[in-house]
Amino acid sequence: MADEATSGFNIHPMDQFQIKPLFGGSEILWYTPTNVTLWMGFTVLAIIALLVLGTRGRAIVPSRSQSIAESMYGFIYKMVEDITGKQGLKFFPYIFTLFMFVLVANFLGLIPTSFTTTSHIAVTATLAFAVFFTVTILGFALNGFKFLGLFWVSSAPLPLRPVLAVIELISYFVRPVSHSIRLAGNVMAGHAVIKVFAGFAGALGLGAIAPIFAITAVYGLEVLVAAIQAYVFTILTCVYLNDALHPSH
Amino acid sequence: MADTTHSAGHEAASAPGMPQLDFSTFPNQIFWLVVTLVVIYIVLSRVALPRIANVLAERSDTIQRDLEKAEALKAKAVDAEAAYNKALADARLEASNIVAETKADIQKDLDKAIAKADAEISAKAAEGEAKIKGIKDNAMVSVEVVATDTASAIVDAVMPGAADAKAVKAAVKAQLKG
Repeated sequence: MADEATSGFNIHPMDQFQIKPLFGGSEILWYTPTNVTLWMGFTVLAIIALLVLGTRGRAIVPSRSQSIAESMYGFIYKMVEDITGKQGLKFFPYIFTLFMFVLVANFLGLIPTSFTTTSHIAVTATLAFAVFFTVTILGFALNGFKFLGLFWVSSAPLPLRPVLAVIELISYFVRPVSHSIRLAGNVMAGHAVIKVFAGFAGALGLGAIAPIFAITAVYGLEVLVAAIQAYVFTILTCVYLNDALHPSH
Repeated sequence: MADTTHSAGHEAASAPGMPQLDFSTFPNQIFWLVVTLVVIYIVLSRVALPRIANVLAERSDTIQRDLEKAEALKAKAVDAEAAYNKALADARLEASNIVAETKADIQKDLDKAIAKADAEISAKAAEGEAKIKGIKDNAMVSVEVVATDTASAIVDAVMPGAADAKAVKAAVKAQLKG
């Protein structure tokens, strides 16, 4: 609109993140099926395809899809076990759910013209606050007031401890914010950059080799980011969970 | 473009700014996210994870079993080798026994044959000696007769009439013995 007239380029890097009702109309109520619904549905289908259909052979010598499903299972299982110990393993299905959702949603978002659910702070913040509240409630439920020992660094010199307690407390409450913005920000930034370069390519027409090269490079980077951010989100979840299980420093 | 102060954002989807900060869409996103997570969780915890865990457990069992089987087969192979070596040693021992026995048999036969041959030889030798002795004795008798005759003749010739056959014979016998 006003932007188009002044810039000359017809670039809308943020349009891809718009949420639209699937069946017309402009009103978005809490239950309205939107492109969020659609792509979350695809996420569920992709996860079912990989982890349920892919493993239906139950083979001792696995097929390719079964092998991928098994290596993901083993990867997250080992991560949970390494970070939170044996007690954390009962939370493995929750953590695996988070990991699979973030990973698959990130990768589905890399399909051109798709919608990336994890680029929205509403989604990642819900995930992060779910982890935050789970960890906080679990911490108090399992350890009672000893959970507050998490903020009292008993290995530090006594005069420093109140100061450290304030810092620890602040960092504890910043966790869900950083946890969610890290994921949404990474995904959103990469997609926006690709879109900007795509806009350049469109404007340059046939001479668009440099932007196309840039898109390819950024896309490669985004593939890495998609996996790494899912990994980071999961490993941080494990670290926070470990605080609830073993709050002593 | 990046007006993050876009809080009045109840505009339609094409509004400028970040769609991420359009709070009117939050209930919708959160609702569908919760639905999605619940579905994924149910599918994973009811179907996928137990299945994968089973497969992994079964695989490690199978590997364990195969390793044990391999261990057993290896032990069997070691036993078989020992048995083979024992059989070989036994066979060697038996062979050497047979060789020794055969050697002893042959030796016995040989000894027997040699003894027989020796006996034959000595019998022949004794026979030959007896023959020689007979011939010698005959010859002696003949010599005595000849010597006696010769002596009688000589005595006759030297002193006729003095011939004493008995004395000559005794003298000749004495001479032959001497």
